[in-house]
Amino acid sequence: MKLETLTQVNAERAARRPVIVVTDVANGDQRLVKAKDIATDPLSAELSKQLRMGKSGTIESGGKKLFLNVYAPTARLVIVGAVHISQALAPLARSLDYDVTVVDPRTAFASPERFPDVPLIAEWPDVALPPLNVDHYTAFVAVTHDPKIDDPALLHAFERDCFYIGALGSRKTHAKRAERLKAQGASDADIARIHAPIGLSIGAVSPSEIAVAIMAEITAELRLPKEGEKQTAKVQAA
Amino acid sequence: MLNRDEDILQAAENWQKAGHGVALATVVETWGSAPRPAGSSLVINDDGTFLGSVSGGCVEGAVVTEALDVIASGKPKMLEFGVADETAWNVGLSCGGTIRVFVEKVGQS
Repeated sequence: MKLETLTQVNAERAARRPVIVVTDVANGDQRLVKAKDIATDPLSAELSKQLRMGKSGTIESGGKKLFLNVYAPTARLVIVGAVHISQALAPLARSLDYDVTVVDPRTAFASPERFPDVPLIAEWPDVALPPLNVDHYTAFVAVTHDPKIDDPALLHAFERDCFYIGALGSRKTHAKRAERLKAQGASDADIARIHAPIGLSIGAVSPSEIAVAIMAEITAELRLPKEGEKQTAKVQAA
Repeated sequence: MLNRDEDILQAAENWQKAGHGVALATVVETWGSAPRPAGSSLVINDDGTFLGSVSGGCVEGAVVTEALDVIASGKPKMLEFGVADETAWNVGLSCGGTIRVFVEKVGQS
């Protein structure tokens, strides 16, 4: 590997941008593909599939064996609301390799006794969120049930293009929330991005079960192909 | 965090810039129950110092030896370890899997 390639890989990773190194294992020839260039790459279908799975692997292309080494940023989970569900959600997400942060300005909720070993920020979203550098590789959930906290948090998540945005509340609660967010400048597309009621429909009752439903929904959002991608993959297979 | 390969590649860059000969060994294919997935890597410098892993510790010693050769020659190598391989038996994977490890020099032109 050229030093220049290694330096670029490290720079992209430090910036939390995905990067794939393609190596011809027969002769060591190598090239680096940045996330923004995947769509126009000759191996676009294979590269996007490997990146979505977050998996490195060897493929055959044009009679060559190519190793695709995928460097995807570690996924993060930002939980707004240090509530009972969050106490179950934080350790579950960590076991799935997410970097977890809990935000809640209510110090009675955001206490280390309730959240041992989890980074906690007992501040309002406008103070707590900007330094977190929330990005596309972040799943974002708002579960306080309090519009004063959830609404500004969700507006921040829209801006940062989080791959998953979820908010606790029934359909009725969500309809009211949608009205409030639109009044504050959110678009219909933004509202459509919110998963609400939050979590896959598995009949979850307890906080732990709701946590499972949420992490299952986040996993699906992270790993399942998007509509456009699915079609490309089919064409490739045929 | 070391298990996320982040410090490993940064170490490779730092070692190279400090004037060390450096090799990068990466798991490129696995069959059966391999201990570490494709993409796992080990970096080695010319002191024999290494970071990371390509197995659960079963074959690292052999990879380091080969890596020192690669640092000297500058030519990449493909290594295979597994129970099916006679020569690899001594340093084989006790879990019964097979892995192929690509070893390349860092800083090759």
